[in-house]
Amino acid sequence: MPLHLEIVTAERLVLSDDVDQVNAPTKDGRVGILPRHMPLITVLTEGELSIIKNGVRTEFAVFGGFMIVLPDRVTILADSCDRSDEIDLDRAEEARQRAEERIAQRKSDQDMIQAEAELRRAMMQIRIAQTKRNNS
Amino acid sequence: MPSTREIRRRIRSVRNLAQITRAMEMVSASKMRRAQRNVLATRPYADRLRDVMSSLMAGTSGSHKGTLLEVRAEVKNVALILITPDRGLAGSLVANILRRTARFVIDEKAKGRNVKVLAIGKKGRDFLNRSGQDLLAEVTKLGDYPKLADILGVSTNVIKGFLDGDFDEAYIVYSQFVNTLVQRPAVRRILPVEADESAPASASSNFNYEPDEDVVLKDLLPRFAEVQIYQALLEAIASEHSARMVAMRNATDNAKDLRRELSLTYNKTRQANITKEVSEIASGAAALADS
Repeated sequence: MPLHLEIVTAERLVLSDDVDQVNAPTKDGRVGILPRHMPLITVLTEGELSIIKNGVRTEFAVFGGFMIVLPDRVTILADSCDRSDEIDLDRAEEARQRAEERIAQRKSDQDMIQAEAELRRAMMQIRIAQTKRNNS
Repeated sequence: MPSTREIRRRIRSVRNLAQITRAMEMVSASKMRRAQRNVLATRPYADRLRDVMSSLMAGTSGSHKGTLLEVRAEVKNVALILITPDRGLAGSLVANILRRTARFVIDEKAKGRNVKVLAIGKKGRDFLNRSGQDLLAEVTKLGDYPKLADILGVSTNVIKGFLDGDFDEAYIVYSQFVNTLVQRPAVRRILPVEADESAPASASSNFNYEPDEDVVLKDLLPRFAEVQIYQALLEAIASEHSARMVAMRNATDNAKDLRRELSLTYNKTRQANITKEVSEIASGAAALADS
């Protein structure tokens, strides 16, 4: 029995596919979801999301959100989610520097919140893109 | 009567203008298509979120005090998020939305409420500054394809303000995209979050929640408010581009009419000049023959 996985962000549908296993970072630690899992709704944190299909592993950088698990279906509502091989390391690095500069400037609270979120996101993208590169 | 040279110059400038407005029309048309696609792209996310929320609401009951669901008996302070384009040349779009905003502010003040405004977009910000309203925050230059992260500053501001008791309600004004020709200014309440009590039968409430229902709900509600703001922003952008496209098409048509009229005047003037010259020569020749 395949597990139908859908990853959606507010901007786009990232993935819609049948997979064998989903490993996701939740607030209480990493969980692995196999078909026929009990119905579950959980909060995701930032980290590495991996899926296994026909023995092939694919990684995603996920940044917060929710996971809704049904026995035959998993829906991930992510704040941001990028496939590791789609991450542009140079651009992530650039984004990290930009965010750091903005934090250094301390313009307004609003600006800080946004810059911090961008910084965390960029750093995580870099981390996941790098582990992926080292493994392959 | 203007000289033929002057008319020729005007024809040329009108023609150049028409070329520019035509180009702008095409640019807006392609931006509009992409903006419309973006509006559709957020639907699945928002729909799923709503599903989860209604199944959560079916499970939990009782007091929502201290959450974004809390409906306050007395509403004294209201936050308004005003979404406008950064640029003009979009026909009556901006005027319509500002008029709606002004009416909202007047109505709320008549009820004895304070209104604080957060502006997304230059046109709205300038309007608020001109009319001397309380401007709490502003975001401009989001571009044509903003990300959810771009509105995080505004949404956090509003959500925090609501939880801290600085506002009791939050609204959003934007231009709703009805179709290419019709954009309607719309006001929507985003806080307190309106719970959809008509939970779909499919969303069974026998989910397990991790860590627990309250934590999930507490994380979910701000997300829900954010997505509503984001969706409104995307719709406003789609409206902006379609309004501009229509305005530019009208401008191009008007320029064409003007050019036709000017050509007619030009030809008439030219003909009149020739006639005048011929008659001058004829009368000159006649005068010579007489002598």
